[in-house]
Amino acid sequence: MDASSDNLIEVHGLRFTRGSRLIFRDLNLVIRRGEVTAIMGPSGTGKTTLLRLITRQLIPDSGHILVDGVDIATLNQDKLYVLRRRFGMLFQNGALLTDLSVFENVAFPLREHTRLSNRLIRHVVLTKLHAVGLRGAAEMMPSELSGGMARRVALARAMVMDPDILIYDEPFAGLDPISMGVIVRLVRRMNDALGISSIIVSHDVQEIATVADCSYLISDGSVAASGSPDDLNKATSDVVRQFMHGMADGPVAFHYDAPDYEEQLLGRESD
Amino acid sequence: MLRDIYQTFVEFVRTFGALQLFFLQLLRFSPRVLFLRFRLVVLQVYATGAVSIVIIAVSGLFVGGVLGLQAYSNLSKFNAEDTAGIFVAFALVKELGPVITALLFAGRAGTSLASEIGLMRATDQLSAMEMMAVNPIRRVVVPKFLGGVISMPLLAAIFSMIGLFGAHLVAVELLGVDVGAFWQQMQDTLELKDVNEGIVKSVVFGVVASLIAVWEGYNCIPTAEGVGRATTRTVVVTAIAVLILDFMITAIVL
Repeated sequence: MDASSDNLIEVHGLRFTRGSRLIFRDLNLVIRRGEVTAIMGPSGTGKTTLLRLITRQLIPDSGHILVDGVDIATLNQDKLYVLRRRFGMLFQNGALLTDLSVFENVAFPLREHTRLSNRLIRHVVLTKLHAVGLRGAAEMMPSELSGGMARRVALARAMVMDPDILIYDEPFAGLDPISMGVIVRLVRRMNDALGISSIIVSHDVQEIATVADCSYLISDGSVAASGSPDDLNKATSDVVRQFMHGMADGPVAFHYDAPDYEEQLLGRESD
Repeated sequence: MLRDIYQTFVEFVRTFGALQLFFLQLLRFSPRVLFLRFRLVVLQVYATGAVSIVIIAVSGLFVGGVLGLQAYSNLSKFNAEDTAGIFVAFALVKELGPVITALLFAGRAGTSLASEIGLMRATDQLSAMEMMAVNPIRRVVVPKFLGGVISMPLLAAIFSMIGLFGAHLVAVELLGVDVGAFWQQMQDTLELKDVNEGIVKSVVFGVVASLIAVWEGYNCIPTAEGVGRATTRTVVVTAIAVLILDFMITAIVL
């Protein structure tokens, strides 16, 4: 097996602008088969946007995104949907369908894409809900769930079709330490036991260190650093050190561009 | 200023073109959804149609009552109050039934269609469906659209029927118009083509009101304000479109 067939997703020379704002200048990265790949970066660097580009919910201005060697920009809608069936995606806010119960939310992809009997669907759904600890919440409606519970239901839904690639958008945000520990282990276990590949967008450095095989740190429109969590921890680059150690001072500005503080507070313009 | 007018015009043409493409897409998926996912359509007929019955019935009753009053008070000047039934029936079946139902439909069902779809967009539910390889237009938008298209003519018929009953209550029971004359003259004068005109109007208004509602919801800015604006626009645009189309259809038919 040559090296390139180990690459599940390749991003080459990606450029993307939203309005007048440049999100990605020249982004290159590779997601390898069977690994847990983390995409990290300060808020507003376009991590979620990158996930949407990889799944072609957005179209890049230029550059190529290859999944299994196929440029996803060339796929028509039918082929895109065939490809998307291989993806399971966990959205930041869960994105549960609010008019369906927890059970029906998890059953939704099965009902849409398969002709399984109700008995079998029930079996599969309860198994997945059990894995995220919410079998008892099957009959609840999404509006009755806490944010963390909704995310866990969404995780059950993302894995119900047994996808090849699981994409997690901020899976750890808002989870209590117990749920977080369970989810971190679940991510790793699913990845290894089912032989799938995982992409995690997060800025929880500690959790990522325990679960990821490879991390990309995105800053200023391109990849600032990549490697194992250990490599990133040892990196000497200012951007990487600032992010990994959570320092206020460094190349990444904490403050958004603003006029001079003193001048604004003392109100020269009102004179 | 000329540039502003030009840009507004270009924007209007672009939106109108996109709306037509969206409509074609809805039509393309409609037969499959109607035959293969009929249960979804039935649910939407209930959600948009059945829940509007009360507002339609109450409005119909009072509009019919007002027409009965007006017909009686004006026609009695010429000793022609017996023809009140004709007056009321023409007004309701050809004009007020379809038009007022469409306006009420936009306010009751159209706003809920637009805000439901808009909120689904704002909370990433439509993106989640896309990611599950489920086309949100086919799964969510088309059933809601068809639900509206099927409900509207039925609601307009209910409106006209209850309106006639309201007119009967006022003109016959209250003001003493002869019951035989009221209904017999109506039956003799009103022809099938008059009823057909009302049916055509209510079908066209149903398509237009449902299309505008799902379009506004589907294309709203995904924020609380965007959903609010889409809801408001649904009512305003539907009202204007229905009144203009009413004039056009009447002009063609007459």
